[in-house]
Amino acid sequence: MALVSVANLTRIFDVSKPWLNRVVERRKKAFLTAVSDVSFDIEERSVYALVGESGSGKSTIGKILVGLLPPTEGSVKIRDVDLARERDAARVDAVRADIQMIFQDPYASLNPRWRVRDIIVEPVAARGGETKGMAEKLLEQVGLSARDAGKFPHEFSGGQRQRICIARALASEPKLIVCDEPTSALDVSVQAQVLNLMSDLKDDLGLTYLFISHDLTVVQHISDKVGVLYLGRLVEEAAPDELFDDPKHPYTQMLLEAAPKLGEFGREVDPPKGEIPDPINPPPGCAYHPRCPLAEDICRKERPEMRALRGARVACHMAE
Amino acid sequence: MSEAILSIRDLTVEIPTRHGILRPVDGISYDIGRGEVLGIVGESGAGKSMAGNAVIGLLSPPARIAKGEIHVGGTRIDHLKGDAMRRLRGKEIGMVFQDPLTSLNPLLRIGDQLTETILAHLDVSRSEAEKRAVAALDEVGIPGARERINSYPHEFSGGMRQRVVIALALCAEPSLIIADEPTTALDVSVQAQIIALLKSLCRNRGTAVMLITHDMGVIAEAADRVAVMYAGKLAELGPVRDVLTTPRHPYTDGLMGSTPLASRGKARLHQIPGAMPRLDALPSGCAFHPRCPYAQDKCSADPGPDLADGNGAACWFPLPHDAKVA
Amino acid sequence: MTDRQLPPDMPIAVKDPSRLSIALQSDFFYTFKRSPVAIISFAVVVIMVLAAIFAPLVAPYNPFDPASLNLMNGFSRPMTPNAFTGDTFWLGTDDQGRDVFSTILYGMRISLFVGAAAVLFAMILGITLGLLAGYVGGWTETIIMRIADVQLTFPAILVAMLIFGIAKGVTPVEHRDQMAIWVLIIAIGLSDWVQFARVVRGATLVEKNKEYVQAARLIGRRSPAIMVRHILPNVLSPVLVIATISLALAIIAEATLSFLGVGAPPTQPSLGTLIRIGQGFLFSGEWWILLFPAATLLALALSVNLLGDWLRDALNPRLR
Repeated sequence: MALVSVANLTRIFDVSKPWLNRVVERRKKAFLTAVSDVSFDIEERSVYALVGESGSGKSTIGKILVGLLPPTEGSVKIRDVDLARERDAARVDAVRADIQMIFQDPYASLNPRWRVRDIIVEPVAARGGETKGMAEKLLEQVGLSARDAGKFPHEFSGGQRQRICIARALASEPKLIVCDEPTSALDVSVQAQVLNLMSDLKDDLGLTYLFISHDLTVVQHISDKVGVLYLGRLVEEAAPDELFDDPKHPYTQMLLEAAPKLGEFGREVDPPKGEIPDPINPPPGCAYHPRCPLAEDICRKERPEMRALRGARVACHMAE
Repeated sequence: MSEAILSIRDLTVEIPTRHGILRPVDGISYDIGRGEVLGIVGESGAGKSMAGNAVIGLLSPPARIAKGEIHVGGTRIDHLKGDAMRRLRGKEIGMVFQDPLTSLNPLLRIGDQLTETILAHLDVSRSEAEKRAVAALDEVGIPGARERINSYPHEFSGGMRQRVVIALALCAEPSLIIADEPTTALDVSVQAQIIALLKSLCRNRGTAVMLITHDMGVIAEAADRVAVMYAGKLAELGPVRDVLTTPRHPYTDGLMGSTPLASRGKARLHQIPGAMPRLDALPSGCAFHPRCPYAQDKCSADPGPDLADGNGAACWFPLPHDAKVA
Repeated sequence: MTDRQLPPDMPIAVKDPSRLSIALQSDFFYTFKRSPVAIISFAVVVIMVLAAIFAPLVAPYNPFDPASLNLMNGFSRPMTPNAFTGDTFWLGTDDQGRDVFSTILYGMRISLFVGAAAVLFAMILGITLGLLAGYVGGWTETIIMRIADVQLTFPAILVAMLIFGIAKGVTPVEHRDQMAIWVLIIAIGLSDWVQFARVVRGATLVEKNKEYVQAARLIGRRSPAIMVRHILPNVLSPVLVIATISLALAIIAEATLSFLGVGAPPTQPSLGTLIRIGQGFLFSGEWWILLFPAATLLALALSVNLLGDWLRDALNPRLR
């Protein structure tokens, strides 16, 4: 059975101006659908990657998963417990202890006034657990020195801070870690270190990751399955090799084509057309149709359902 | 390579602090020719942006040029101050920054910003300047340029805004453009558009481009030559194909190995141990030696050799030409 | 921290650097050492505070001890001898033969106590309301900040006089003198909390969106714990600056109220009361009774203010 099961997840934000401004300017309420009818499963001890550009809703899904945001519709079940609806506080607490998160900005995710030791053990200390010597052990596990426990975050580089974040995430011995762009603020050589560390920890501790990224090439090194998001909708889901060798959705094809390639010097690409539309007023039908080379009438009218296609799932009328 | 538009010799930038003098840029030399794109690549703290700021005279005090010369179009500019520098900026050198929103004045219509820039640097009438502003927007691919000229920066999307910034940088027809991480804040699809735009504009006009970025992929696609910086020094300089496929400096080699590649599959990434040293704690000799797998005694004693005639690797034991990317 | 049991695989005992030693090596202390204005104003404030605290030991006379007073000494000029003991009255005496130097020391005591207590009161009120407004948001924020807006439309002195007037009306006559000081503190404090609340709210709005706060929420920390343990330490630097500048303003406000006769009673004269008493003698030639308390007030307020200005620059990295 899957560890995480996301079903028909939708999240709508009210982005209206304050009431007074609305009345004066005679505007209607405005809603932003950040996540729209997304369903996927994450198997235990696997890495599921969510990939998308800005406004794709990938971070919102991550936040719903860890319980920082409630879903508007649909459900997220972790070991069959729906965090947003479960009434039994003990069960919610037990599941919550199993989820941790690693954030994008290693400078903002550590409280600058706390010592590293206190930061790392907080997930355990908050539940009243025993924390003696724990920070020192975790620091060594993530490749830092036990002596660093008494320092403050500003004494560390970006990569080292991200290791501290990982140590904090490991403190409560979680099963699932949601990683929200954990390496996009890091330099290439440091990114490689952190990715390798995360990959090792996953094997050693039997962890499950939800890995959120905007970079397809990064996720393929670590993930077992990739979901591609566009404007809050899941458009394709496949194993990374499958996705790279045979992308089925035109958007995935465009993403792969547009990414700069190391080996192709002076490549003259025909750059993709257009930009991501305003998520407050998404296009009708398939959200990608205004930029899609394959689009036909049906794409403008009907939103495509997820369907199985050659070992992948894809939401496109035209793909075959 | 034809005549050099930008020529930097032994440029050194210093920041005096209470812990001593830091050198974020330490004796770098290179040329950029007409119509050439030189990629400056390096990790944060390598000094690549500081070098760009030094060229355009935007070092924020107490940072200062301590040594070396900068020539643009044959004129020495590193000692220019105040007004003379301001005239040169925009006229001879255009600048494209990472964040398009902060490089545009949010309170002015973009047409006014373009017209003002043109009037400040070129000897043309106002109506001619306005005509050129529309043409500039048209050229960077903004649809409906004639109408959009009256819009404010916030009315554009991120990619369109960066196009406006490029139009602004190009409208006074400078001979050199410094683009500091121009695509880092943009989405992949838009990034491809902006790179293609920069490339075609510069090729058509013969503008020299200094493209500062941390992204090896962008360098590979856009640059003619590449300069790899590490801890304020040039580690390697050469034609982009040579440097990226057969790197001779172990740092470049490590950098290439740790870059995720679509073709590399689920293999473990090569990693360079450690991190870039802080400027106040630089190792002796070659700054890379503590992280270098090939380091020998000489490396910790002597700083790397100078780049021979502005090419090659600043390394005592450069990798052989047939070395594979790790 | 140091008594923590270390796991056996840890060869070296870890001793964390103390917060004091970190402070002494900080840029903050460094800029202090290099700013003559800061050092001088800090020295003046420290000397005055110490003199005020130890007034009974420092002052040559107790001006409130009728036994030590003699009307024969009235209106002694500065540097004239006491008719009975031969000691010198450095700053002269007033109409009742009280040593002006001693009354200034005791007056400073009242002024500083009222000023500091008022600022402390305003600070506690302002920080609490500001944190609540910033962190909770919604209606709580609207109500708190609208009250603050209304409060700002009254001059501080007016608010203080209003509160003073009400308090005078409800306290019985025999307790008025004892109550006066506390009423002063509350009156000045209430007129001063708004700026603390505004600054803390602003800083809280910034901090609460940082990822370390999300990390704490994710762990399951309750809101009060997050506000106090995570956000509060990070919003204190601007509070410190405002508190210093407020202290100068509070001392002046107290002097103004006392000068107007609605502050410290003549039985417990503050600097303001002394100035009020002194101005009666100005035109009859006894200038010293007014001049010295006024100069003391000026020196005190000026040094505190300069210190506050320096603090603001030192704590704001953008100005450096």
